[in-house]
Amino acid sequence: MRSNRYVLLFMSSITIVLGILLSLAATALKDRQDRNVQIDMKKNILRSLNIPEDRSQKLMTDDIESLFKSYIKTIQVDENGNSVKSDGNAVFIKMIDGVEAGYSIPISGKGLWSTIYGYLAIEPDGETVKGVTFYKHGETPGLGGEIDKDWFTANFVGKKIVTPEGLPCSIGIFKGKVAKDNPKEYCLVDGISGATMTGKGVNIFIEKDLKTYGEYFSQIRQNQ
Amino acid sequence: MALDSKSKQAFTDPLIQNNPITSQILGICSALAVTVKMDTAVVMTLAVVFVLAFSNTIIAAMRKWIPGRVRIIVQLTVIASLVILADQVLRAYMYDISKQLSVFVGLIITNCIVMGRAEAFAMQNPPGRAFMDGLGNGLGYGIILIAVAFFREIFGSGTFFGIPIIPQAFYDAGYANAGLFVLSPGAFIILGLIIWGLRTATKYEEA
Repeated sequence: MRSNRYVLLFMSSITIVLGILLSLAATALKDRQDRNVQIDMKKNILRSLNIPEDRSQKLMTDDIESLFKSYIKTIQVDENGNSVKSDGNAVFIKMIDGVEAGYSIPISGKGLWSTIYGYLAIEPDGETVKGVTFYKHGETPGLGGEIDKDWFTANFVGKKIVTPEGLPCSIGIFKGKVAKDNPKEYCLVDGISGATMTGKGVNIFIEKDLKTYGEYFSQIRQNQ
Repeated sequence: MALDSKSKQAFTDPLIQNNPITSQILGICSALAVTVKMDTAVVMTLAVVFVLAFSNTIIAAMRKWIPGRVRIIVQLTVIASLVILADQVLRAYMYDISKQLSVFVGLIITNCIVMGRAEAFAMQNPPGRAFMDGLGNGLGYGIILIAVAFFREIFGSGTFFGIPIIPQAFYDAGYANAGLFVLSPGAFIILGLIIWGLRTATKYEEA
């Protein structure tokens, strides 16, 4: 049997060697990975704003860059809804021939296992959901992981972020299918069976993020 | 380099005769999870072949120095490092597919085939032969994965590597994609049939 000293030395050296190799690889690949994440972010901002309209269309890196350049104006707003130069919250505005055609805001928060990231886009009326995407998460594939699928995100389109009385409200994920005669049908979306906890997390962070931008959207509604 | 017969056998045996999935029922979890589409199945196969071949080789090369008491930890350290490396490369060069594979690349660490070969083969054999064994087992795993994905994608989505192959005329005549094959039960059924078929063909009997 080997001595304890040998075992310790062996384990230390193997850990150090493999650790160095892995950090070298991670450093060397970091730029490319970061770029992929950037592109993916832009792709999701575009998708939330329904660009291109044909969702099945595959987008290449260059398409994404050029679409983003030609359609998206990025601004920052403070909690009073005023545009600021820096330290604000980002809003991505879809511009068509100089007219604002939708506003996309970043949303993120805890799901069941992971932090979920996505974008929520609102129509120019400041109250109707234009689209939503979830692009980075570690939820269980097939259950909570379904949040990034089109069948689920399509449920959000057309829902309202204000009540019929004109008060701000949030989008909620219902447990099960939302009945047509549900009084809150305008702000509830069908849930994913087996993913109640993920849905709860999404509800909490959409509400929080809509609050952050509450004043901004209320100004848009007033300017209608 | 001429291969000695033992290396050749180490490579060919796990392809069909002693396939890790059909005869040992190992690596089922990922075989079910990543086989909805051909492209994910192929990339997953490549990742597993890479990890298996090199973990086997590295462990076999060190086998005389690995202290018996901590051998499992050493094996896992090597395997985990290779898996992280594979994951990093996928993230850098095949971002979309790596997103679809999500946690399953990371879970190669816990794939019983990888640790099983390290413990059962690499610890007793020279690196060259262990490399061939890893290659064989990885490909044996991959053959089944790709076979399952082949049926699931064609029957489930009507596509092959994302390209539609069922003519529109079929759909017009009332043909519909079988959604069952996109879901996990479809994978169970196909995998079960493949295991049955291969076991009958190889006259495999449960000990």
